[in-house]
Amino acid sequence: MESVVDTIVDRISDPIAVVRLEIGKLAGVDVEALRFCFGVCTQGTGLADATLDIVAIDGRARCRSCGAEFALRSLAAPCACGSFEREVVAGHELRLKEVEVY
Amino acid sequence: MCRTCGCDEHEHEHAHAHDHGHGHGHDHDHDHDHDHGRTIALETRLLARNDRLASELRERLVRARIVALNLIGAPGAGKTALLEATLRRLHDVPITVIEGDQATDHDAQRIAATGRPVIQVNTGAGCHLDATMIERGLAQLAPDARSLLFIENVGNLVCPALFDLGEHAKIVVMSVTEGEDKPLKYPHVFQAAAALVLTKTDLVPHLDVDVELIIANARKIQPELQVFPVSSRRGDGLGDWCGWLRAVRS
Repeated sequence: MESVVDTIVDRISDPIAVVRLEIGKLAGVDVEALRFCFGVCTQGTGLADATLDIVAIDGRARCRSCGAEFALRSLAAPCACGSFEREVVAGHELRLKEVEVY
Repeated sequence: MCRTCGCDEHEHEHAHAHDHGHGHGHDHDHDHDHDHGRTIALETRLLARNDRLASELRERLVRARIVALNLIGAPGAGKTALLEATLRRLHDVPITVIEGDQATDHDAQRIAATGRPVIQVNTGAGCHLDATMIERGLAQLAPDARSLLFIENVGNLVCPALFDLGEHAKIVVMSVTEGEDKPLKYPHVFQAAAALVLTKTDLVPHLDVDVELIIANARKIQPELQVFPVSSRRGDGLGDWCGWLRAVRS
């Protein structure tokens, strides 16, 4: 989270209204913990008044056996065809997407 | 709540004083023209700084033909015992070790007793190693070209999975006492790993554990996982594990 603050402060001089993150549901990151860290890490910075907006990204996988793309709710879930040979194509995101400035 | 700005459905005070470009009091999931001012795209990975350094380290290691392996497992999984047994068995292979723990240099002392170069990284409150720690460790250790570098991560199955250290591969170390469903409970680390070393197999006769089920569960998460059941204490299975290490090195 410190790197989020540094990235924004380094690149943008306008006052920040909103910080928007994209967090994949399979990324293994607890959103409430992120919110807590944001509050701590922004204190005393130009981001102290900014709102944190977290956009959750659903997990998706492509099956290597049957080729289907499907919603992946858990890393232990197989494709509908029964295969566990799948490649996660979405849901691992941990991204600082954008900011809104005043 | 407005998903775009986080504003609530009622008229409210933001902590900041400014005019919104839209009236509040909406309860719709909207695409409104709403204007906090400008939106500036950043599209930066949250771990970009760590990932960048890890990529540099990986390039440096590959150039020197040093194979770095990041050992991740719960406290007490048998990571250090596995390393001790591995170092003894691979006596003809140049190996260095970076030991990560929150506190103490106990593990580094155990490795040093095998005669191999080792440095201890203490993370304090930190629950994982990151790339900057490996960069410092490499500067101190200065491993030879064509050597193996073991990085024993802090005992933790969660956070180390997210932090790239520039390693060639992540290895999960899990003991048979940890239960069949461990891979399902901590899937991220299993998904990120190339191999699973299943330790303490000498205890299996004393346990109600189904080793095949552990392996099947781990392969539900990562079908390509190499699995090495071993007893560091008795030496069972170490031949296959060390054979794999030799193959990875060449």
